[in-house]
Formats: sequence, C-alpha cells, structure tokens
Amino acid sequence: MSLSAEILLRLEMQDLQDRYMAAIDNDKLEDWPSFFVEDCLYEIIPKENADAGLPIPLVYCDNAAMLRDRVISLRHANIYAQPYYRHFLSGLSCRMVGDDRVEMSASYLVINTTPAGESQVYQAGRYEDVVVKTDKGWRFKSKRAIYDTSRVQTLLAYPI
Amino acid sequence: MNHIAISTRPAARDEAHFPNQDGSRVPYTVFNSPAIYAREQERIFQGPVWSFLGLECEIPNPGDFKSTFIGDTPVVVTRVEDGSLAAWVNRCAHRGAAVCRVARGNAMAHTCVYHQWNYTAAGDLQGVPFRRGRNDMTGMPKDFDPAKHSLRKLRVESYRGLLFATFSNEVEPLPDYLGPEMTRWIDRIFHKPIVYLGCTRQYANGNWKLYFENTKDPYHASLLHLFHTTFNILRVNMEARTDCDKNGLHGVLLSIKKEDSNADDYTKEKIRSYQEGFRLEDSSFLAMVKEYEELATNHIQTIFPQLIIQQIHNTLAARQLLPKGPDHFELVFHFFGYADDTPELRALRIKQANLAGPAGYISMEDAEAIELVQQGIIGDGASAASVLEMSRSAPDQRNSLISESLVRRFWVGYQKLMGFESASEIASSL
Repeated sequence: MSLSAEILLRLEMQDLQDRYMAAIDNDKLEDWPSFFVEDCLYEIIPKENADAGLPIPLVYCDNAAMLRDRVISLRHANIYAQPYYRHFLSGLSCRMVGDDRVEMSASYLVINTTPAGESQVYQAGRYEDVVVKTDKGWRFKSKRAIYDTSRVQTLLAYPI
Repeated sequence: MNHIAISTRPAARDEAHFPNQDGSRVPYTVFNSPAIYAREQERIFQGPVWSFLGLECEIPNPGDFKSTFIGDTPVVVTRVEDGSLAAWVNRCAHRGAAVCRVARGNAMAHTCVYHQWNYTAAGDLQGVPFRRGRNDMTGMPKDFDPAKHSLRKLRVESYRGLLFATFSNEVEPLPDYLGPEMTRWIDRIFHKPIVYLGCTRQYANGNWKLYFENTKDPYHASLLHLFHTTFNILRVNMEARTDCDKNGLHGVLLSIKKEDSNADDYTKEKIRSYQEGFRLEDSSFLAMVKEYEELATNHIQTIFPQLIIQQIHNTLAARQLLPKGPDHFELVFHFFGYADDTPELRALRIKQANLAGPAGYISMEDAEAIELVQQGIIGDGASAASVLEMSRSAPDQRNSLISESLVRRFWVGYQKLMGFESASEIASSL
C-alpha cells in the first residue's frame, strides 16, 4: 500500500469511529445500528473473560436487528438514569485485509456524567473491529469493546 | 468535670429498632449506619454463616486459586495437592500484607512480597528468610515456631459444586445450614456437572441488603422491569412457588409459565407498563429450552449472605454479593452451563447474558432502584422505616408473586442474628 493510500485509509477509519462515537455521545441512538452491516457482531466483554478465553459478554448482538431491539428497549422499556457519555479514542491501528476489509483496534475511554453533574471514568478498554466496504461506505462487520473497567458502575444501558 | 457521664450513649448507635415483630417495618438505619455495618461484619460475616466464595469449576485443578471476600475480609480459596479445598485469609501472618495479589491463578505455594514469608497452598508457613540468621546476625529467636504462624484458615465445604467458607467453628455443616427447603431447589439446578463461562461485575451505590431483599421480592418484577411487559414476556398471573428456610434467611422463588396468560390483568389495573405494539425484531434469544421437570422462566434463590442462584430462561448464574461499606456493594455474576450442553444450547445461554447481568434487559433496573432507596433514606435512618405489607395477612401463602412475605421473613432472621430486639419483644419482656 502506498503511503497516501495508508493515510487515506487511516482518515476513513478515524472518520468512521468519530461518527460512531458522536452518534452515541449525542444521544442519536437510533443512528447507532446503521454503522453496522445487517449480519454483524457487536459485543461488550470484560477483558478478564476475553483473556481467559471465556465467552460471557455484557452485551452480545449477532445481527443488526438485535441492535435495533436494544435501542427500542432502552427508549421504551428500561429504566435508568440518563447517561451522558463522552468517548475518547487513541492508539488507533488499522490494516487492510484484502480489497474491502479492514481490521482495526484502538483504545477507548468513556467518561459518563450523571444527572447530578458528576463526571467519572465509566469505562476504559479497547475496540477490536472488523470493517467492510459496502455500497453505503464503510460499516462495522464486527465490533468488540473489550473493557478493563471490570466493575460496571451501577448498570450499562447505552452502547460503547 | 465528668467526662464519663457525658459519653455513656454512643454504644447504642449500632442498635436498630424494628417496631414490628414480623419484619414488616425495617428501620432505614440498617442500610446506612457504619456502626451497624461493623456489627454485621462481626455477627454475620465473621459469625455463624457459610459465605459463598465461587464455583468449584472455577478452580478445577490442584493449585488453582481465586481471591475473593467474606464480607470485608479478603480470602483466597484454592485446591491443594490432593484435590481437596482450602481457604485462608489473604493476610500475611508476619506484618499483615496481602499475600496473594492476583484475582486468579495456579500456585502450590504463596509468597508475601514484603519479606518473602512463604506458605503452602493450604496456608501453612513453610519458609521465613533469614530465620536462622547469617554470619553475625541472629535471625529469629530459637522459640519461633512456624506451625504457630500459618495463615488464618477457614472451614471450607462445597455443596454440589458451590463453594462456601466460614470463620465459625460452631456453625452446622453446610447441608444443614442450607436446610432441606433450599437443597431441593439447589439440586434442581446443580443436578449434573457444570462448566464456568465467565463473570461480569457490577458496583452499586447501595447497601448490600437492599440487593438481598430485592432478590426475595417478586412484587417488583413486573413493575420495575418493564422489558417483560413491553415485549410481552411475563404476566402477573404466572404461577409462583416460594419458600424459605427455617430462619427466613435463605429463600427461593420460581415463576412457572402458564399457557393461558393474557394481558387483562395489566390493562385492568392500568399499570403504566403495558403497551401493545412493541415487538422485538429478533426475539430468538428469548427462546426457552426445557431442561427441568417444571418449566420455570425464573428461579431466583438467595442463600444468605453472599449468594443468589439464578436461572432465567436458559441463563444460569451464581451471583456473589459482596458488601463494600454501608453504602456500596459489588455483585459478581458467575455464569455457567452444563458440561453436556449442545453447541446450540451453549450459544443460547451466552446470548441470554443479555437478559440478566449489569446490562441485562430484565435486571439493569435493580441497581437503579437500590440507588434511589439509598439516596432517599439519607438523614432519616433511625426514625423512618420501610413498609412491607403486601400479602401480610396471608403469611403462609406460597404461590403468589404479589408478595413481600420472603422479605419479611428475611428481616426476622436478620434481627435474630444481629441481636436486635423488636419493640413487641421488649414490651412482652417487661
């Protein structure tokens, strides 16, 4: 890959992650499933399980319908204090695998602000993502949020 | 100046006053008093109870260990050379440093990093550097006896793969502590070998007993957890089965699925939760494979003080409840499956972790509700009390989900263990 192609790919991946995080951080949950292909995997899993090869996740969706269901449930069924997330991303690395597939990893930090106005580190971890090229642009084929902050404060409602 | 006369009362701060004998009023002070919390450490966690530490399948091989807690006290549970179990307080017999510094691992010996005192897996002191001195330095006195400086060992027992330990020499053997009312239901779930699937952890700003009473309270289920009703999963006319042990401390509740349920009970009561129209696009993860004689959507069983056994659909977990000061607790969901699971059933169990856990569709609200209680009771602990009246006039009813009976029975058992007299007992003794 030429240097300019690498830089372009990196910019495109950064852009995808930025738009993904902005949708969640700005409470556009209904947009969240559209970052994925229909046949996708989305998972939030504690690092201690991932490292030990144990499968239990915090959230596990193996198609986009389950993502849309989670949004509907969060909007209409579940009761929780409205979270105010801010995502921060660093250490992004990505590589092209074939013509239309990218493997990407990055560290993330989510600061949550409670309704009382307290901002706290809610979750630190890393994304392990697979992104594919579709006719609508880049979409997540899989996104795994592998979190270090093993003790989830109170509950997890919104996606990471 | 008489300082003694001025300071006679503070000892009473670890007292709680239960106005009714049947546990139907609970003074809020039990949820936020540091003095009562300290008394719980002594009378409950260091006292005549068996505390749940984990599943045997977490430490299958000799040398496998995990760090955990009994109340506030850090403990390590491990499998020793001959395959038997041992547990000890994670505190070096020398200067008190934590000996084991990792959550899990495998080791046949444990060494404190501070001065390298070395212990066997069973907790016996087997090495003290410079014990006999060196050159002109004298070392430990001649009468220093390593046998007298082992780690503090606990009694350990397991029941069908559930691991428990106790500080008490008096408490009855584990099966008797659990009681026949509880073991028959534990046997329902733990009737064949299990495998560990991992854990998730939740940390809540609430007193540990608020979680314990939450899991004995079927009344809240269809009212707080609206996922059920929004998507048509549980109905109020499901049949229930509830029971508790002779002390009221342990309890069990099952929701048995009845085929002829309908929405009338909700719409009649105009409960806010019922909404026609919401349907899951993919409800496949709510499938239920029949695994037991009786088809229960939920089997929730509390074993005082640190365990809640969960079967929700096909998701199985042993929830470990760890107090972290008067107003915090940690909850560890230890998920498991059966060794003979088909790949499809195993996949379903994993997917159903979406239902129950820190992000679970039908469990996330519990921590929210508990934190609201903790916030609401600040500053009014001693004079105000919770009101537990639901089904109080039918104390022997065992088949209703609309009941606070198990919660009341729990508080009666708790009072006894803590040595709190209720007002009527005091009155009758006068």
